[in-house]
Amino acid sequence: MPVEYHEQITIGGGVTATFLPAGHVLGSAQILLEHAGERIIVTGDYKRSPDPTCPPFAVTPCDLFITEATFGLPVFCHPPIAEEIGRLLAVRAANPERCVLVGAYALGKAQRVIAELRAAGWHAPVYLHGAMETMCRLYEEQGVPLGDLRPAVGAAKADLSGAIVICPPFALNDRWSRRLPDPITAMASGWMRVRQRVRQRGVELPLIISDHADWHELTTTIAQVNPAETWITHGREEALLRWCELRQRRARALALTGYEDEDD
Amino acid sequence: MKRLAKLLDELLLTSSRNGKLKLISAYLCETPDPDRGWALAALTSAVDFPAVKAGTIRGLMADRVDPVLWTLSRDFVGDTAETASLLWPEPDQAPLAPPPTLSEVVAALSNATKTGAPAVLSGLLDRLDTAGRYALIKFATGALRIGISARLAKVAFAQAFRVQIEDVEEYWHGQSPPYQPLFAWATGAAPPPRTDLLPLFRPFMLAHPLGDEKISLEDYVAEWKWDGIRVQLVHVGGETRVYSRGGDEISASFPEIAASLPFPVVIDGELLVRGSDQGGDTGGAASFNALQQRLGRKTVSKAMLAEAPAFVRLYDLLIDGSEDLREQPWAVRRARLEALIPRLEPDRFDLSETIPVSDMETLAKIRAGARDSAIEGIMLKHRQSPYVAGRRAGLWYKWKREPLLIDCVLMYAQRGSGKRSSFYSDFTFGCWNGDPDTGADLLPVGKAYFGFTDEELRFLDRHVRQHTVAKYGPVRETDRSLVFEVAFDSVHLSKRHKSGLAMRFPRIHRIREDKPAHEADRLETLRAMVT
Repeated sequence: MPVEYHEQITIGGGVTATFLPAGHVLGSAQILLEHAGERIIVTGDYKRSPDPTCPPFAVTPCDLFITEATFGLPVFCHPPIAEEIGRLLAVRAANPERCVLVGAYALGKAQRVIAELRAAGWHAPVYLHGAMETMCRLYEEQGVPLGDLRPAVGAAKADLSGAIVICPPFALNDRWSRRLPDPITAMASGWMRVRQRVRQRGVELPLIISDHADWHELTTTIAQVNPAETWITHGREEALLRWCELRQRRARALALTGYEDEDD
Repeated sequence: MKRLAKLLDELLLTSSRNGKLKLISAYLCETPDPDRGWALAALTSAVDFPAVKAGTIRGLMADRVDPVLWTLSRDFVGDTAETASLLWPEPDQAPLAPPPTLSEVVAALSNATKTGAPAVLSGLLDRLDTAGRYALIKFATGALRIGISARLAKVAFAQAFRVQIEDVEEYWHGQSPPYQPLFAWATGAAPPPRTDLLPLFRPFMLAHPLGDEKISLEDYVAEWKWDGIRVQLVHVGGETRVYSRGGDEISASFPEIAASLPFPVVIDGELLVRGSDQGGDTGGAASFNALQQRLGRKTVSKAMLAEAPAFVRLYDLLIDGSEDLREQPWAVRRARLEALIPRLEPDRFDLSETIPVSDMETLAKIRAGARDSAIEGIMLKHRQSPYVAGRRAGLWYKWKREPLLIDCVLMYAQRGSGKRSSFYSDFTFGCWNGDPDTGADLLPVGKAYFGFTDEELRFLDRHVRQHTVAKYGPVRETDRSLVFEVAFDSVHLSKRHKSGLAMRFPRIHRIREDKPAHEADRLETLRAMVT
């Protein structure tokens, strides 16, 4: 059942649900649940920094705010994406014989990186791992232009020299990448803020790009929404809980089972 | 400071040795004195500011960050310096002064008292960005821990200024940060620093492995290659120092040696422990394993001195009194060394005898028979060779005895690093602890990551991927179907391994696709080779 953002639907028992933009990836939503004047928001994954591929997070007042906390530690600070894209382009320009292979998740991250590359003036073909193609096509059908995209498999080595190639993180250091001309491995992830994570990944070019809120965004959002109570889930609850405690905000950790520990 | 911060981050992201060398030498070329000397000191762990300790950093942060948030962050990041660099509150106003230079940091921290240090550091941190703060804290606490060895930094120095690494090693000793005489010499602005007044290490002369070269024993003399550790003894100004291969001082581990050399001299020899495994009954030496018990000790007990007394078997004489003999031919140095022997305590020093032989065929037979005595092989030294640092073609050769071989089964594999990061290239292999047909199991006996060609590596990588039965993090367990012929130099008893055995220098000799796994060797076969 397709539902538009801001369209209120009834889900029974006097409860209505409204989907609000979360700014995470194309189609991502917060859910506003309302019952007898009481309002609950479940953020799902979200971010506050601008993203050309999806509408921005809508700050909406509520009584209970259930927030994600993937990057819920004060060490996480995602720099403006233009800076990271600038570093990527500079490394590429300095190594014309090689190619830059960017590890990025197939849903959202890859398209955002491509869209930001275009915004930074990179209009050459971007080469894709097979796992990226369907999702990129879907984004384009939904009205997000991504420019000239080509499959990396089958491309001539000469064409790949000096090119930007995007693949899922697992393919960065695996057999798939052996076909590329001496790739500089880059990884687009919020975890790249921490050196130990960079070293574990074995990447040469860490790009701090995330589709999740960083510490500043998480705390600012709680302050702006200003709910009576905050529940924290999906990530590092303790630090955010402590932040709420220090500011005398009611909060608790909501333990959810079955979520992936390491989202990007 | 900013330039050092950039270097540290670049080094972190570079896995190849050559890449790291290029980065360091570029830094040394483009950075002015004395900053580059201080950076070099940081890379070689020679920086120490007594007023700054790890606790200083923790104290600084405790005043600025909630303790719970600090602990959670520190636990996640895993490094105090990095956590502090990320959590340091950016000053509200733009800093009044530009980012500090390295020498400014050195001046400020050397003058700081223990109580004044936090304020000094805080002022410096306010003028830097995240990467700069990380570098400053690492530098100030003297613990870089970025996987750069002092040797690598020295090689980079040699490359930067196109000087010989052996000269760098020789002149390095006796210098202290920021090494200005060293830079002055390397850039051609001054003569080399004097080295004759201090008990300094002189780089060793090394040997090439003997390949297809035709050697005539008229030109070359044959000598045993003893299986101990190569040492250099230096006595200057009443002080004796014992140096190991890498130029590290190990005098404290072998006080009986250091105490037995009372006159000015620089000699080269093999450090051994008394025993009967090498060189037979008269003046024999124990196996390498016995020597290992004595390595790396800061102090040595009397019991240990009595149980495993050390001695040095002398190979060469570099400096006799104040006379440098290194330019002289080997035969001259040898005669001088032999003349020196009567002046030395016989319990602590003896001469490495030459092998009286006139043709290579006989020598080959002698070498083949050397197995039981745990001798590493034979050295061939040109009678006219000067004593030069490093490996020089045609002067010295080492002719190692044939390796031991055993058939093992591949058990686990792990991916390599750098260019090999997409390949399973580190292999753990085992032998049967009994009869495999009656329920015996494989026990790991060693690990090897070389000995194969690139083509064989591709085969092995494919094999591992197609025969994986379990994954443990980065490690894959295979179905134990592939047999390796493993070559190794020797095998010793070891309490640290489940199999009770440890190999020296194991490498993959051949891949035995033809051999079924149950025909691989048993532990008892390997145990019988223990020396």
